[in-house]
Amino acid sequence: MSKRSILDNELLQITLDRLCQQLIENHDQFEESVILAIQPRGVIVGERIKSILEKSLKKKVAFGHLDVTFHRDDFRRKEAPLKANATIVPFIIEDKRVILVDDVLYTGRTVRAALDAMIAFGRPKDVELLALVDRKFSRDLPIEAQYVGREVICLDSEHVQVDLHEESKGEDKIWLVTNNDKK
Amino acid sequence: MQSQLSVKHLLGIKELKKEDIQLIFETADQFKQVLNRPIKKVPSLRDITIANVFFENSTRTRLSFELAEKRLSADVVNFSSSSSSVKKGETLLDTVNNILAMKVDMVVLRHSSVGAAHFLARNVDANIINAGDGTHEHPTQALLDTFSIREKLGEVAGKKVCIFGDILHSRVALSNIFALQKLGAEVMVCGPNTLIPKYLGELGVKIEYDLKKALQWCDVANVLRIQLERQTIKYFPSLREYSLYYGINKELLDSLNKEIVIMHPGPINRGVELSSDVADSHHSIILDQVENGVAVRMAVLYLLAGKQGQ
Repeated sequence: MSKRSILDNELLQITLDRLCQQLIENHDQFEESVILAIQPRGVIVGERIKSILEKSLKKKVAFGHLDVTFHRDDFRRKEAPLKANATIVPFIIEDKRVILVDDVLYTGRTVRAALDAMIAFGRPKDVELLALVDRKFSRDLPIEAQYVGREVICLDSEHVQVDLHEESKGEDKIWLVTNNDKK
Repeated sequence: MQSQLSVKHLLGIKELKKEDIQLIFETADQFKQVLNRPIKKVPSLRDITIANVFFENSTRTRLSFELAEKRLSADVVNFSSSSSSVKKGETLLDTVNNILAMKVDMVVLRHSSVGAAHFLARNVDANIINAGDGTHEHPTQALLDTFSIREKLGEVAGKKVCIFGDILHSRVALSNIFALQKLGAEVMVCGPNTLIPKYLGELGVKIEYDLKKALQWCDVANVLRIQLERQTIKYFPSLREYSLYYGINKELLDSLNKEIVIMHPGPINRGVELSSDVADSHHSIILDQVENGVAVRMAVLYLLAGKQGQ
């Protein structure tokens, strides 16, 4: 197994700042906009985005956690973890502009499940997607992100590992991991 | 942390590990949140068919299972023995095999014979959920009871829980004893000595015959109904006398120098084991138990269905 860094501490901060600027360009004062972060790791990315936005807008931004476990399309089809995380959506998204946030966009299936899960909270005006890392050319579904931190092109045998300090207690680092050991 | 159940069927609490119960609770927390949304439905079990096979009467359990199944988007078929070919002499195994031949994935079974669910689990391919087998176990009731205690008091470990009434004929009592002990609670039973089975002491359960002393000891009182339909001989002179010695009323609760939580698995015989002013008081979490029942059953069905796919 070998891994190559694609985003480190400093670059990640620059990337997040840039994503927030893009969000502000489109959503201005966030009056009608809400952020829904996808559990589990989208929430960490979402929290960071939220705090940067709140600092520059000098106001609170509506923020929710969305768990998609019960909406996944691979339930009973593979050994996916069954355990659900909390969904915390303390507002109604009816007629709101929703920004979904996740760490890595890969096949698009998680985002499809998130769109499904989100509908339980109302009919949004529109929905956008922010992905910290976009694995290009690997989509199973017609889903694209409007805000992308970093694009990577990689093989199916490779994967993107996201270590954020909230979880790993170390430095922020995003890796591209190649599985060399052929069994 | 465990993310899967260690069992393929839910036959009794006895077969579960503490970690299984905790996983069910954590999953039920999320389902309870789903049930409080405007749209109370998730699509997880949309490719699963569940048969509710009830050889005994039930209101709450059958409705609760059916709602749980529907909120998970499963297809549901209901069977009750009173309107079926069982009356024409069909056996349990034949009945269930016929239901399974129609491509059913899970069976929720209530039966008056002890071990009926275990018997089915050994002989058929589907996941079996025991919804009460005679006087043996009623695991989902114990799960929702302990889930409700956890919700009300923060945790189950270290709490003192007393089960009152007809322990001898109660599957709820036995399942509750197993669940409470696995979760680290202290358990007492209280009732007339004719209704307390003599082996109970071996399970590490305290036994008390005095209602007042038991109430004084416990944080939670789980009050059971006198199951006259299962009693073939007389265990006490009359319901009136039972009520005088073992009925819980407001006066009695007020005379304690502490607050206790009142639970009842239903159906209540008002004026026998509980007076109306207690059943409807702020002490009572009886309707919370019913509400939690749907979320807990959703968690059980969801986790067992997840196992089935592998």
